[in-house]
Amino acid sequence: MSSAVAATKRAAAAVARVPPPMAMLAELTHRCPLACPYCSNPIALTPGEEELSTEEWIDVFRQAAALGVLHLHLSGGEPAARRDLVELTRAAVALGLYTNLITSGVGLTEARINDLTAAGLDHVQLSIQGVSAESADRIGGYKGGYQRKMAVANWVVGAGIPLTVNAVCHRQNMGEIDAMIALAIRLGARRVEIATVQFHGWAERNKAALLPTREQVEAATRTVAAAREKYQGTLVIDYVPADYYSQYPKACMGGWGRVGLNVTPSGRVLPCHAAETIPRLTFKTVRDGALSEIWYASDAFNAYRGEAWMPELCRSCERKHVDFGGCRCQAMALAGDASTTDPVCIRSPLRERLTRDTDQLTAMSSATLRYRGR
Amino acid sequence: MSADASMTSGVRISGASVVRLARGVRLHEDPVRGQTVLLAPERAMALDDIAVAIVEALDGQRSLDRIADDFAQKFDAPAAEIAGDVRAFVEELANRRLLEIVA
Repeated sequence: MSSAVAATKRAAAAVARVPPPMAMLAELTHRCPLACPYCSNPIALTPGEEELSTEEWIDVFRQAAALGVLHLHLSGGEPAARRDLVELTRAAVALGLYTNLITSGVGLTEARINDLTAAGLDHVQLSIQGVSAESADRIGGYKGGYQRKMAVANWVVGAGIPLTVNAVCHRQNMGEIDAMIALAIRLGARRVEIATVQFHGWAERNKAALLPTREQVEAATRTVAAAREKYQGTLVIDYVPADYYSQYPKACMGGWGRVGLNVTPSGRVLPCHAAETIPRLTFKTVRDGALSEIWYASDAFNAYRGEAWMPELCRSCERKHVDFGGCRCQAMALAGDASTTDPVCIRSPLRERLTRDTDQLTAMSSATLRYRGR
Repeated sequence: MSADASMTSGVRISGASVVRLARGVRLHEDPVRGQTVLLAPERAMALDDIAVAIVEALDGQRSLDRIADDFAQKFDAPAAEIAGDVRAFVEELANRRLLEIVA
């Protein structure tokens, strides 16, 4: 059997096991008034004139629903920067998609929230950068942002839409987690997401300023456990810990190309928002072909599915179905090779070096923030 | 349907409780996977037929005991057992913040 035939058979076998996607993150735009130094958008931002049109987005939503997507996350950038946000929401709801708006709040007015409510928006996820105007606006790089967020939370809750407060945590605010949870409750949120910065893209550039210390992470874990107990039935607390201090890597994205997909403002379809940091991959856009074709058959989505790509260390590991070898973008960032074991894993030969580098970085007393796009 | 027994109860749910799905929580027919799912913020729970029947019965009018009685009559099954199952499932939903407690 020629190797080409073998490769085709392997790919076909892999495709047979690929489940339909559950969730799609639609990055409607990269435009954003904030400049968070850990922004998950890529370093090379897509300019406004390259964004998909209203009709193109709606067609992508239609394809996503047919493909099996249940949750649609309208994100950015700041999605409120799109003038057609209400129209897009209405179309998504009509397609039966559970529609979640991920927003900084800046650009939303009470009238617009009411229009989104009437359009059938299911859920709002509002980011906070801190628990006071001073600290939040310093991290977000936008004066007045905090006040606007507080107002937006009130309008959302007043309209009856369930609210999640999304707090990204890092070295400079890790001590405020208790206060963030209290703020979420005060704002009437049903859910709070405390997520530690993931070090790709902009955050990678600010690692020295943002990487939490081991003591902070341990304290945060205790805080979250206590708060979960205290607020059970009032507030659901989802927590994404800092994985540099974990023993095993996270099951990033629930496995490459298994659960979700991401569409960039210009329509490139990615297995995760950071996938473009892997230079050997090329990504198709929704203008190149059908979303189902891209999900099931494109090289980028099949690159790290299954275990054929895995190094022996992962392939022979009993945790391969738990964490899928960890995060491919993190392997790229830390090891310079996206198809190696995530260096966070205690079995990785690079783990010791990561621990050493992490200790060294967190021992530095201060570092200046480099803001997104500035 | 699976009730996680290890969960400590943060919400008081009794047979007299009257509940309905909170705004932003809804049943969805998923033709691609051929199942009914309960959609909520960042959650999609696949439900079996019994769970779907319970969720559909949470009308914000009848108490859980009343719902269990109606099921017992309809399916000719022991009411006490059904009441226990309904309460455990509803408690799980309440702890996940998926319900509005009407009374």
